[in-house]
Amino acid sequence: MNILEEIRTKFGNKADIFVKSKKRVYVSVSVDDAKDVIGYLFRILGARMSIATGIDTRTGIEMLYHMAFDKHDLMVTVRTVVEKPELKMPTLTDIIPAANWIEREIHEMLGVDFTGHPGLERLLLPDDWQAGEYPFRKKTFDSEKENIERD
Amino acid sequence: MAKGNFIPIGPFHPLLEEPEYFKFFVEGEKVVDAEVRVGYNHRGIEKLAESKTYEQDVFLVERICGICSTSHPFAFVQAAEDISGIEVPERAKYIRTIIAELERIHSHLLWVGLAGHFIGYNTVFMWAWKYREPVLDIFEAISGNRNHYGMFKVGGVRRDILEKDVPGLLKAINEVEGFCSMLTKAVMDDPVIQARTKGIGILKKKDAIDLCVVGPVARASGIDIDIRKDHPYAAYDKVCFDKIVMQGGDVFSKAAIRLLETIESVKIIRACLKDLPVGPIDAAIREIGIGEGIGQHEAPRGEVIHYVRSNGSNYPERHKIRAPSFMNVPSFKKTVIGESIADAALITAAVDPCYCCTERMAVVDRETNRTLKTGEDLVRLCQEKTEKIIR
Repeated sequence: MNILEEIRTKFGNKADIFVKSKKRVYVSVSVDDAKDVIGYLFRILGARMSIATGIDTRTGIEMLYHMAFDKHDLMVTVRTVVEKPELKMPTLTDIIPAANWIEREIHEMLGVDFTGHPGLERLLLPDDWQAGEYPFRKKTFDSEKENIERD
Repeated sequence: MAKGNFIPIGPFHPLLEEPEYFKFFVEGEKVVDAEVRVGYNHRGIEKLAESKTYEQDVFLVERICGICSTSHPFAFVQAAEDISGIEVPERAKYIRTIIAELERIHSHLLWVGLAGHFIGYNTVFMWAWKYREPVLDIFEAISGNRNHYGMFKVGGVRRDILEKDVPGLLKAINEVEGFCSMLTKAVMDDPVIQARTKGIGILKKKDAIDLCVVGPVARASGIDIDIRKDHPYAAYDKVCFDKIVMQGGDVFSKAAIRLLETIESVKIIRACLKDLPVGPIDAAIREIGIGEGIGQHEAPRGEVIHYVRSNGSNYPERHKIRAPSFMNVPSFKKTVIGESIADAALITAAVDPCYCCTERMAVVDRETNRTLKTGEDLVRLCQEKTEKIIR
């Protein structure tokens, strides 16, 4: 079974596949398609969800879902950008129960609102942490830093 | 659900690495529901790593965990090397493998000892920890430290294993093999340990797949994943070893896997020491490059994964760390409900998250706020159950 061919035939233009190396593949999708693609990788192709990463960028939060194919020695990372300021994305917990904790973590650290999550409560931050204060957000972005240095 | 009395476990436990707070809701002796809170030891290392250089980050991530202190640097350096496809010298790959496997032995022995203590078998505790000592001595001989070895760097390792030391190390590792085989046989054949652990806290294969558990927890439930075999790295594709998989899903399977893995680790170390290739130990990396990389390593508790994004500067732009317990701890809700309190401590420990948390257990009556049972009572309860079985 060729994983990349399967993704290509199933999603066509919706999934932009970038093969970085033999073991690392990055698939860019829109927020609306993300759940379908990740659900397909997990349920149909039998991937294991290794973890998700959230990265703060100027326009939104970049979400990376690292899906491991242990039988194929392959790590497929599904990339999508959740737009600011709404930062809404459908939850994956109904398809992948393992996504529960990491969605709670990204919610409190970066402020992404996972709609439909069964309990988007605090996981790591203390109960008295100020609401709306997201510790993993960046204060400045690298392009801005360069401008400051040039000035 | 009527949530009457609950047993709080945690959040602080001085011995093991991750403070967690378990709340077991009980009806009589039976656990009917469970909750967990983590984050008591959240140090913001992911954020801190963004303000340190790649060289410094290796030392920073080494200090995430005291017991498996090589797992995080191993995954991190591989993530940094993955960014622009840096090739590591062969000799460095072998040395990395030796360090990682020595760590697996001492981490598994530590767990077996603690598990033995809590079922009231202090002999197991004493022996397992006694046999862990020579492993730490080997570490001292190789790296100069018994823990926090500081061996890793992006592109290679910091210290070489000298040819003149190899015969001594081989002799020491043969002794360790003797201890491990003896302990494995003694623990696995013991009828009391079997009675206390077989059929207890079963994690079904379907639940294990849904929760994406990793490491010995997954392998005990019949999922044959092992990063060392499935995504070969370092020297793991050059040595011969078995992937230990069991079907039971219970505490016994998890214990047996850890014990049998120590013997496999000895095999790997011996093969690596014998075939240690000659050559440089460091690729002398000047620049990391721009891009992103993922590093995986099979730590004693399961897959560690690091994601690093580089913008070409000396500092990572984003550094994501995921330790195996993050995936394994949520599985306890499936395993502990329906079991008795006397077994709850053992089941949560079978995941190998933290064990001495049980010393902080107390059964409190919510209405009167009176402590009914202290941590010591619960340990006694657990040990008494073993004594009953012996009689």
